Amino acid sequence: MQLYWIDYLIIALYCAFVLGVGFTLKKYMRTSLDFFLSGRRIAAWVTGLAFISANLGALEVMGMAASGAKYGMLTSHFYWVGAIPAMIFVALFMMPFYYGSRVRSVPEYLRLRFDEKTRAFNALTFAVMTVLASGINLYAMAIVLKLMLGWSLHATILLAASVVLIYTFLGGLTSSIYNEVLQFFLIVLGLLPLALLGIVEAGGWEGLAARLPEGFLQTWRNLGDATANPMGVEWFGVVAGLGFVLSFGYWCTDFLVVQRALAARDMAAAQKTPLIAALPKMFIPFLVIVPGIIAWTLLPREQFLVEGKVVHNLALPLLLSHYYPPGMLGVGITALLASFMSGMAGNVTAFNTVWTYDIYQSYLRRHAPDSHYLAMGRIATVSGVVLSIGAAYLALQFSNIMDYLQLIFSFVNAPLLATFLLGMFWKRATAHGAFWGLASGTAAAALHYITTQRGWVEYASEMAANFHGAIYAWTTCFVLTILISLVTRPRPDVELVGLVYSLTEKPSYRRLPWLDRPATLAVLVAVLVIALNWIYR
Amino acid sequence: MSDSQPELDIRWPIGLLFAAMGVLVATYGALVSGDAHLRPLGTNLNLWWGLVMVLFGVGMILSAYRASRKQ
Repeated sequence: MQLYWIDYLIIALYCAFVLGVGFTLKKYMRTSLDFFLSGRRIAAWVTGLAFISANLGALEVMGMAASGAKYGMLTSHFYWVGAIPAMIFVALFMMPFYYGSRVRSVPEYLRLRFDEKTRAFNALTFAVMTVLASGINLYAMAIVLKLMLGWSLHATILLAASVVLIYTFLGGLTSSIYNEVLQFFLIVLGLLPLALLGIVEAGGWEGLAARLPEGFLQTWRNLGDATANPMGVEWFGVVAGLGFVLSFGYWCTDFLVVQRALAARDMAAAQKTPLIAALPKMFIPFLVIVPGIIAWTLLPREQFLVEGKVVHNLALPLLLSHYYPPGMLGVGITALLASFMSGMAGNVTAFNTVWTYDIYQSYLRRHAPDSHYLAMGRIATVSGVVLSIGAAYLALQFSNIMDYLQLIFSFVNAPLLATFLLGMFWKRATAHGAFWGLASGTAAAALHYITTQRGWVEYASEMAANFHGAIYAWTTCFVLTILISLVTRPRPDVELVGLVYSLTEKPSYRRLPWLDRPATLAVLVAVLVIALNWIYR
Repeated sequence: MSDSQPELDIRWPIGLLFAAMGVLVATYGALVSGDAHLRPLGTNLNLWWGLVMVLFGVGMILSAYRASRKQ
């Protein structure tokens, strides 16, 4: 694939805009709260789009297209069983505690509800995870651009990391959020023609189905048995592993996404953030998975071969070069670049917040003036980018990047979900219970991973192994937290007001017209997602 | 709570970027489209999708402009 001057011009235009936004925002970054949480004054539609966009990084876009090519419409379970129900839950039931308790991060909630050791454990694992995720993003970007355009790996990594560094350094979370929203529209307007042209060329949805194996465009039909579908999963793994543990674990406890809602201007906006995000989110499969399927169907199979092996991750790049003339190709590449960069920036801004508030301010230097923490945030931004570059070079091991990411989640987020559910909805849960439950849940995930790697336990696919590993990790944490809590001393009720469901006054939206209430939006989202599951069953 | 942003209204950069990109792509499509390679499935993609982006960009700019007038 070759780029022309018009394509380079468009890419340059985008970079100039991104840096310009960073420079414009610099003067608003007066306090650490401005830098880490955008001063809590962002409108709901902006935080909502940033909420999905922070997750719509390159891993998602390329990985979902790749999974579409490999597994077909089954991949939509990541959205229609996975993300959307979790987003409704976090909005209605968890946001009142996150936003209402005025915590500045997810680990900080753990300290208020439980104690220091649980917070420290979560802050450290999260910091490691964000750096890894950011590194994978960077690495994937370099690989893709090398394959597509022949750009040098090292130059791409350094250049992209520098752009991200400059704009997050200047504008903090606001810069990151603004670029995420920009990226959201770039992805939609940059990739939509691919899906449209592909569907036309395939002869409509029926034409596409006619060229594919039976059930490739269905999401539920072949889930009765793990051997009946290419993903090697059965309905229990999908519903419990992916739908419940992995998706709730990610969307409800991952500070990377929750941070976007914390930047909202009031409780209603914070609650609406995941719901506004869910509306476009449920249609993303048509933008990323369907093009993957189209590429696999319409393009000659040898185009997917790299050194004799099929590389599904090429699906989206191949389709770009198949349809886009110079001009639109620049827009498409810019959309990918933007999603790579904002995926990285999201991780960097979450990392610098957790590092500064939950590690540095909590354990290293407690009572410094605010300006000191603002400066620390900027230092952490630089360090986060440097560490990401290091992690990028570590990311070579796994064949499918999505599996790799699921693997990290199963170590970190799956047991954490049990800790949060018990912490928020069971006032009897104690600090010792939470800590030891979380530690053993994480250990269980690691142990499960080792047993599958050694071949002691076998699954039909790596994906199935990850789903089941997450279920084990969650169950271990859930059961042990309950058992240990029952034999340790609970905190008095007065200390838990605002932190536990039964002791907290629910936010009331009587003053709002009913169309503006979070619950109304939640019902709309639920109805739509059930309809999608039904239509593509 | 007002509906406008206390700092840079994000609709400005979005609107301006898409309007500029759209103008570039549409102009390119209008001037250079002879080759079959430039017309996937026979459509002048650059021209038409460029115009879509211009429309979107202008919509964002108008919305930002109206919000700034209200303040």
